[in-house]
Amino acid sequence: MPGALGLLGGGGDGGSSVVSTNDSTDSKVEVLDPAGTEIELELGLSLGGGGGQGKTKASGAWGEYGRILTAKDFPSMVSQSHRTNKTSCSSSVSGTKRAADSEGGSPTGVSQVVGWPPIGVHRMNSLVNQAKSPRAEEEKTVGEKENSKDALKKKVCNGNKANASVNEKGHFALVKVKTDGNPIGRKVDLNAHACYETLAQALEDMFFKQATNGIAENQAMKLSKLLDGSSEFVLTYEDKEGDWMLVGDVPWGMFVNSVRRLRIMRTSEANGLGMLISKIQREK
Amino acid sequence: MDSDSRRTKGTVVHSAESTRSSPFPDEVLERVLSILESRKDRSSVSLVCRDWYNAERWSRTHVFIGNCYAVSPGMVARRFPRIRSVTLKGKPRFSDFSLVPDDWGADIHCWLVVFALKYPFLEELRLKRMSVSDESLEFLSLNFLNFKALSLVSCDGFSTNGLAAIATHCKNLTELDIHENDVDDKSGSWLSCFPENFTTLEVLNFANLSNDVNFDALQRLVSRCKSLKVLKINKGISLEQLLELLVCAPQLMELGTGSFSQELMAGQNGELGSAFNNCKSLHTLSGLWDATAAYLPALFPACANLTFLNLSYATLQSGEFSKLLAHCPLLRRLWVMDTVEDKGLESIGANCPLLEELRVFPADPFDEDIHGVTEAGFVAVSYGCRRLHYVLFFCRQMTNAAVATIVQNCPDFTHFRLCIMNPGQPDYLTNEPMDEAFGSVVKTCTKLQRLSVSGLLSDLTFEYIGKYAKNLETLSVAFAGSSDWGMQCVLGGCPKLRKLEIRDCPFGNAALLSGLEKYESMRSLWMSSCKVTMNGCRHLARKMPRLNVEVMKDDLRDDSHAYKVYVYRSLAGPRTDAPPSVLTL
Repeated sequence: MPGALGLLGGGGDGGSSVVSTNDSTDSKVEVLDPAGTEIELELGLSLGGGGGQGKTKASGAWGEYGRILTAKDFPSMVSQSHRTNKTSCSSSVSGTKRAADSEGGSPTGVSQVVGWPPIGVHRMNSLVNQAKSPRAEEEKTVGEKENSKDALKKKVCNGNKANASVNEKGHFALVKVKTDGNPIGRKVDLNAHACYETLAQALEDMFFKQATNGIAENQAMKLSKLLDGSSEFVLTYEDKEGDWMLVGDVPWGMFVNSVRRLRIMRTSEANGLGMLISKIQREK
Repeated sequence: MDSDSRRTKGTVVHSAESTRSSPFPDEVLERVLSILESRKDRSSVSLVCRDWYNAERWSRTHVFIGNCYAVSPGMVARRFPRIRSVTLKGKPRFSDFSLVPDDWGADIHCWLVVFALKYPFLEELRLKRMSVSDESLEFLSLNFLNFKALSLVSCDGFSTNGLAAIATHCKNLTELDIHENDVDDKSGSWLSCFPENFTTLEVLNFANLSNDVNFDALQRLVSRCKSLKVLKINKGISLEQLLELLVCAPQLMELGTGSFSQELMAGQNGELGSAFNNCKSLHTLSGLWDATAAYLPALFPACANLTFLNLSYATLQSGEFSKLLAHCPLLRRLWVMDTVEDKGLESIGANCPLLEELRVFPADPFDEDIHGVTEAGFVAVSYGCRRLHYVLFFCRQMTNAAVATIVQNCPDFTHFRLCIMNPGQPDYLTNEPMDEAFGSVVKTCTKLQRLSVSGLLSDLTFEYIGKYAKNLETLSVAFAGSSDWGMQCVLGGCPKLRKLEIRDCPFGNAALLSGLEKYESMRSLWMSSCKVTMNGCRHLARKMPRLNVEVMKDDLRDDSHAYKVYVYRSLAGPRTDAPPSVLTL
């Protein structure tokens, strides 16, 4: 079974563009972006940054993302598929038992130890099996005193009702989000949103706002900055085929069904998507 | 009458009433003692003298057996002739984390056979970590005519067929509580087995089961059981259906919802809110799978009186969580997922001054990138919730200073379970071990009964625990300690220690054997992936014949290593039902 192939643009140099991926590991692909400059991209087996002794961080071009580890790095490693495969529990890890005579000094990765963290099997199964139920259309909420943000959410999403559709059962609702320049990842529940605007707003709140004061002032019908290209960041996602796409082009339902993870990318690096960004700016 | 036959068949020495020293007739003493409910009080009473021992045993109606192998069913029946309610616990707690083989034991059936003979009027059975087969459930349903309450927690070995037998035959059932078991869920038809004239149900919890039950049957059941106080439904039941149930049962005190996100017809959202508004007695709320921000406001009317809110299956973010909490000022117990992050924890501190218990579970235990909650959030809670005494907290980073602040704010902790998820992780700011954190816990929290430690810990932690934790009864240790000395400190101190469970620590035979006398005053000891050898275990078994020493072998390692060791006191001697993988020494 081929591992999950991830495409990461180089940290400091070059940009990224939509590239069709192969199943080969550890191959270099040369791609021409619309501007005509050659970008060298490295494809490798993504092992979630895991491996034997916890997360390894390399310096240099990969910097803050950590390095994509290839099969060459683990010549003797038993298949780490359990790390990327969300549906396995710790109890399915076999063979890699922690030696009893290690002194507990160096921390080992969480994933390779049976029965750790100490979460009951029942709860573990429940987390793993959290399937998306058909998403609700946003309706008027109960209670007269709605937070203006909620009211805005309803208004905004109702305008996009045509786009909202039911998700397939069995698809995960939680997707990982990472922002360039911030090593800490978050997860967002797509089930909690019915349109791009509220999602982008939530992500902005998550990554860019530090204030704990939750009640926002009336923001009218302003679109989130992430979507309209005016921010220094742009919201992108990796789809089922491994391509990195600009968020907002396809109908919401189609997006939710195909998104694997999100990345808030610096606009300066989204060169390959430049055509799409300028298209949006023209439409503003 | 009864008292005469008792005097002759019992072990009482006195044969004539004039030689009795007790000023009270037995009947009076029994009547007085029957008011006693606390196990500890009853135990004390039974030690006073022979008469009191007998009066106590005749007046006892509920027996609690914390380790099903500590005593045999026959022994229990001989001592306590009038039992109506039994609580039994079986497997070691680490079976919850897949560390115990499936065929380990703790089968309920031999108990039921004795009970059918000796306690035909048995009314309640509460089991935890026992193996229960469908045959046993059917046996139960047919042999105890007055059976009322069945509670199965973390059990395994049965299917929904067994539940069908209970529903079919137990005419006086008041409680059916199926909680976090490994059930073979064949179909939801078991619920339809309750007869149409059956009305006595007060507690129904089937949140554990995934197959859909017949909703009409459920709705009729709920409607006709006017005394229903606790209803916890499963995920398959929609919001719309929940609405129908709430309308039938406004008297509910505890509710576990099904899936809390669904397309509702126009107007139903308002109906849901007013249905919740009508549940004036509701104090506990759980379930809430897939809860989305859109529907949480329907709960607001019910929140005013809530004392226990279980959001541990709802992946809420801090925004909607804070809004919900603003409506729950009376909360005493709160379970959440770490998706609410530190902002969410801050709002707990801000909104719930009466909070006594907090549990924070990780939404994604294996992804180290995920932020979750940190020490900052925990500290924020401690400033706002001074009455906090029970905490279970999963996190990825912690500092000694933060824990010191937390226990300074909340010195009344009785249960402190901190899980820093990366094994052996130090204080992330100072890079020091977390010894001082747990030192401050045991020094400050004098009422501490239960402690789970984690992070990088040296023997110093255990020195502190042994010296200061005078009321500690349960200690859980993983990936900690430097040498035998650590475990020796605990066994040498902690006068009230009852359960000690250890995994992946460098404790060996010297540590194991330093607790020889101690183990007889404890319920059990678990040690896995430590440095104990078979010889050490054999030595222990030889020295302490009243302890059962069981070793689970690991095929991959050499024969001298004792992979998993379980030691417990027992009046019943070595057990006879151990599977081949468990050696009794």
